[in-house]
Amino acid sequence: MIQLSSPEDTQPEEEETEIPQSDEAREELVAEIEKELGNALIATEITPEVDVWARVTKEAWLDTARILLHRCNMKYFNFLSAIDWMPSPYGRDLDAQVDQPEPITPEEMSWGITGGETRFQMLARVHDPENHLGISIKADLEESDLSIESWSPIYPGADWHERETSEMFGIVFLNHPNPVNLYLPGDFEGYPLRKDFALLSRRIKPWPGIVDVEDMPGEESEDEEVEA
Amino acid sequence: MTDVTDTKQMAYIAAQAADARVNLEIETEGMTLNIGPQHPATHGTLRIVVKLDGEQVISAEPLMGYMHRGYEKLSEVRTYPQVTTLVNRIDWLGSFANEVPFILAAEQLMEVEAPPRAQWIRTALFEMSRIANVVLFLGDMGVQLGAVTPVFFAFRDREFILNQIEAVTGGRFHPNFDRIGGLRDDLPKGWIEETQGVLKRIRDFCDEIETLVVGNEIFQSRTRNIGVIPPDVGLSYGLSGANIRSSGVDWDIRRDGGVGLVHHELDWKVWTHPDGDSFARFWVRLQEVRESCTMIEQILDGIPAGPVMAKVPRIIKVPAGEAYVETENPLGVMGYYIVSKGDLTPFRVKIRSASFNNVSITPWLLKGVYVPDVISILASLYFILGDIDR
Repeated sequence: MIQLSSPEDTQPEEEETEIPQSDEAREELVAEIEKELGNALIATEITPEVDVWARVTKEAWLDTARILLHRCNMKYFNFLSAIDWMPSPYGRDLDAQVDQPEPITPEEMSWGITGGETRFQMLARVHDPENHLGISIKADLEESDLSIESWSPIYPGADWHERETSEMFGIVFLNHPNPVNLYLPGDFEGYPLRKDFALLSRRIKPWPGIVDVEDMPGEESEDEEVEA
Repeated sequence: MTDVTDTKQMAYIAAQAADARVNLEIETEGMTLNIGPQHPATHGTLRIVVKLDGEQVISAEPLMGYMHRGYEKLSEVRTYPQVTTLVNRIDWLGSFANEVPFILAAEQLMEVEAPPRAQWIRTALFEMSRIANVVLFLGDMGVQLGAVTPVFFAFRDREFILNQIEAVTGGRFHPNFDRIGGLRDDLPKGWIEETQGVLKRIRDFCDEIETLVVGNEIFQSRTRNIGVIPPDVGLSYGLSGANIRSSGVDWDIRRDGGVGLVHHELDWKVWTHPDGDSFARFWVRLQEVRESCTMIEQILDGIPAGPVMAKVPRIIKVPAGEAYVETENPLGVMGYYIVSKGDLTPFRVKIRSASFNNVSITPWLLKGVYVPDVISILASLYFILGDIDR
């Protein structure tokens, strides 16, 4: 029959007994980047047969693009953006702020795959269209100096992505050919995708869909499973 | 710009200029032309500011944001099942396909796999939304070049596909049918036979379009060698889907990557075209509709029995982690980069939509072309505004 699985079903013991898969293509890719970048490569992580991540220093950001394009055959530019790792000062934002008279104690900042040290992190992805490998690249950005080299001399497609990232996160791209807003009006104030940019509609009233995640009367939600 | 693209661009402009000696000999006056925001050729509210020298484009700068809805921000305050409602509206002509990569990314983080039957039906609906989307393009391309008839055929025959999608999902345009761990519901009774009939009509439509449009001399002269994209340039701008395959790049995520969908179990072909011009982009899409019909026919014959929903908790909390999943959507590669912190809502969702990258090549591509070709190039790139301003 069909193997049904869910996080609840999966026993942690089972996961440990799994033979660790190897992924030669991705390991080779990481080795190549490591050889070229040396110490500028801070951390890497490979999920075998799925994906690979690498975190580089801000100084090596442009070199990384060059290496990926010319050494690793990553001809395909996928996307470029950023992540604001600060937990939202407005809590989960699912709850209406009118219901929360007390200020929310901010959670501690935590980072995802390949770790991090700063609030803002660059995130870019390129792809090798011949060997079908993609890699996500990250780089930390100090809050005191939110500027980084533009990738558009290497990947022209980065142009628009950087304009979007710039207006949404307030990151400055050095040597960008056309550093103007892409979506937002020129006089827009604030950086919408930063976590401290309040989503006003959410502060005024609760999202009606909130009922979806509340317990149904008379049911114990945590153990409730969708019928197959 | 890189050296490579610059050289190629100059060569391209030189070739265009060779046709336009008149511009060099006669003194012309520059002018600025606004295409859009409301223009039938822009599929929504795209505005392109074109600077002209006579009939020739010196520079073209698309201005967007007239319809930006901030889905990346909104996703941060929606639970995972609620996000599918939002992403339905990105590419509104092939809505179901928008849900799939998001659901697959969430499933990857949760380590849940949809049961085989759900995967097969998912693939069928995925390909049907491709047909619903691209059929309209095939008609629309004609209308933008002055042939009004094809678009009526397109709307007529798209209806049959939409009816079939509606029969399963209840929604003609916004199905919101995909769930983490499977599908909302099973197929209705008699659907498979009906769909087989509809696929025949779509094949007939393709033949009709082929005789009406592809063989048409005016169509050919308006599209052949117009808007040529060399493969390297296309890749460096992140072009995807039929746009890059028509430049001779043999790359299709349905064949070459593909998690969660069953394309690798079907017998089908990836179509490419070596020319990279507007005609090639039209031709490749036409073949892809036929190929989608082939795929759906095989799926209809081979849907396994079983449940359509895996065991998932009713309240979905996605474990902390990051995942990027992309699929080959009607407009090109669409992917979601989800950052989860183990909460009810995603911490960050980066939506990588196909049209955004596809249109970002226009400043490069439109340089040096003639005004009428601007329309044919924009039409052949085929973008949906919702997919740019997401």
